[in-house]
Amino acid sequence: MIAWWKRHGLRVVVHLAALMPLAALVWDYVTGGFLADPARQTITRTGDAALILLLASLACTPVALWLRRPQLKPLRRPLGLYAFGYATLHLLAFAGWDYGFNWRLLWPAIASQRFVLVGSAAWAILLALAVTSTRGAQRRLGRRWQGLHRAVYGAAALVILHFALAVKTPRASFLYGVALVVLLLARLPAARRAIARKRSASL
Amino acid sequence: MIKIHSSEITPEHVYLSRRQFLQGMGLVAGHALLTACGARTSPPPAGDSALPTSSATDELGNALTPFDAVTGYNNFYEFTLRKEGVARLTKDFVTEPWTVTVDGLVSQPRTFGMEELLKFTQEERVYRMRCVEAWAMVIPWQGFPLAQLLKAMEPLSSARYVQFETLYDPESMPGQKDKSFPWPYVEGLRLDEALHDLTLLSTGLYGQTLLPQNGAPLRLVVPWKYGFKSIKSIVKITLTEAQPTTLWMAAGPTEYGFWANVNPKVDHPRWSQATERRIGENKRVETLFFNGYADEVADLYPDLDKRSWYY
Repeated sequence: MIAWWKRHGLRVVVHLAALMPLAALVWDYVTGGFLADPARQTITRTGDAALILLLASLACTPVALWLRRPQLKPLRRPLGLYAFGYATLHLLAFAGWDYGFNWRLLWPAIASQRFVLVGSAAWAILLALAVTSTRGAQRRLGRRWQGLHRAVYGAAALVILHFALAVKTPRASFLYGVALVVLLLARLPAARRAIARKRSASL
Repeated sequence: MIKIHSSEITPEHVYLSRRQFLQGMGLVAGHALLTACGARTSPPPAGDSALPTSSATDELGNALTPFDAVTGYNNFYEFTLRKEGVARLTKDFVTEPWTVTVDGLVSQPRTFGMEELLKFTQEERVYRMRCVEAWAMVIPWQGFPLAQLLKAMEPLSSARYVQFETLYDPESMPGQKDKSFPWPYVEGLRLDEALHDLTLLSTGLYGQTLLPQNGAPLRLVVPWKYGFKSIKSIVKITLTEAQPTTLWMAAGPTEYGFWANVNPKVDHPRWSQATERRIGENKRVETLFFNGYADEVADLYPDLDKRSWYY
């Protein structure tokens, strides 16, 4: 049991944590926790979950390097896929629940709202990455796979821009933006070397 | 042009029983403290047909927004930016005693106690409320036309605008500690807008004394403009010659200006105003020009194509 937990415990915890926002939404829906505006609540909460999980996915590699926990690295994929899942729920809640897939109402919402265009572009990138996230796709794409999946940083930047354009006070989106820049810098070769040096110095 | 008479906005059986209603309001005025407590401790359940409301719809047939949504989903930045959090934070907000000063370009400035304002003939008006954030409600307000108060104050001929001010008290309104807004909340109308029969000073909704989250004890309701014009918890009304600078004009000059008349064809810089989500019904509908009150108010604005009327 202990051996099993040591081997799988982290992954179990991550999966459970990633499913929490969905469970909380279902719970609130069933118990009437958000009576006034369930569509908006669902849209904002799935959007928040997608953004946080996407940043968590990007944090896996630098944190694994920093803490010398290589077992954190493989969490990138499930976290990224959860982010895509919440982004898809977010998009469906927007187009389906709020707008009822009514194109007459949806059209002005898409055409004159930059945050919708930016968010849709981010979702399209995440879709491409989710579809090519299997080991099979990784094998078939070979060297091109890594280049394609670097687009995740572009997707994250678009998501943060989308968030900044959609909310009334940009403070939170600014903090997310800083977090993304830090995560991006941590991937630069120089930063990787610095992290590695610091790590060996502290031994 | 079709004129909508107040008898159409005020549904008939309330219209006919207004005398009875007034007697009720007299009781409210006489026992304001008692009633305020009563309203606080026993809100009626949503959708209860026993609610003392004259009509289940507005004059266009839109269903009333449930009481729980009207009192549980509020924009009131003096407390919090979270719409679902306002009701809890306003629980202990004291609205008794309350005074409203009317000053500026009037023949004799004066301070009214709420009980005096409740002596104005109170009536029910079912209005659509369109928030600038593209959500909307249909609310049965009680109150009296602002014109009655203004006429009683005899504006000077130099008066051209009316400025309204919300209470400034960061101790009881914690949101006012957020220094990113130039408190207190200030709004304004041109004098002829303020004198328009649709412009209401509201003291209640759903047949009850106004709750703090809805702007107790006295708020403005201007149904053809975006909701932020309908200032809450008013302590001061000032008649001026120059156009007032509202809080939103000062805080976000690139967003909305003084007029803010509802127009589905003029978008917010960041989002579309073409449609609105009806709270409590969970459905989206097309937004109407002047929020559906064009027949009554379009005359106020020469050259309706001028974009500045709509932001």
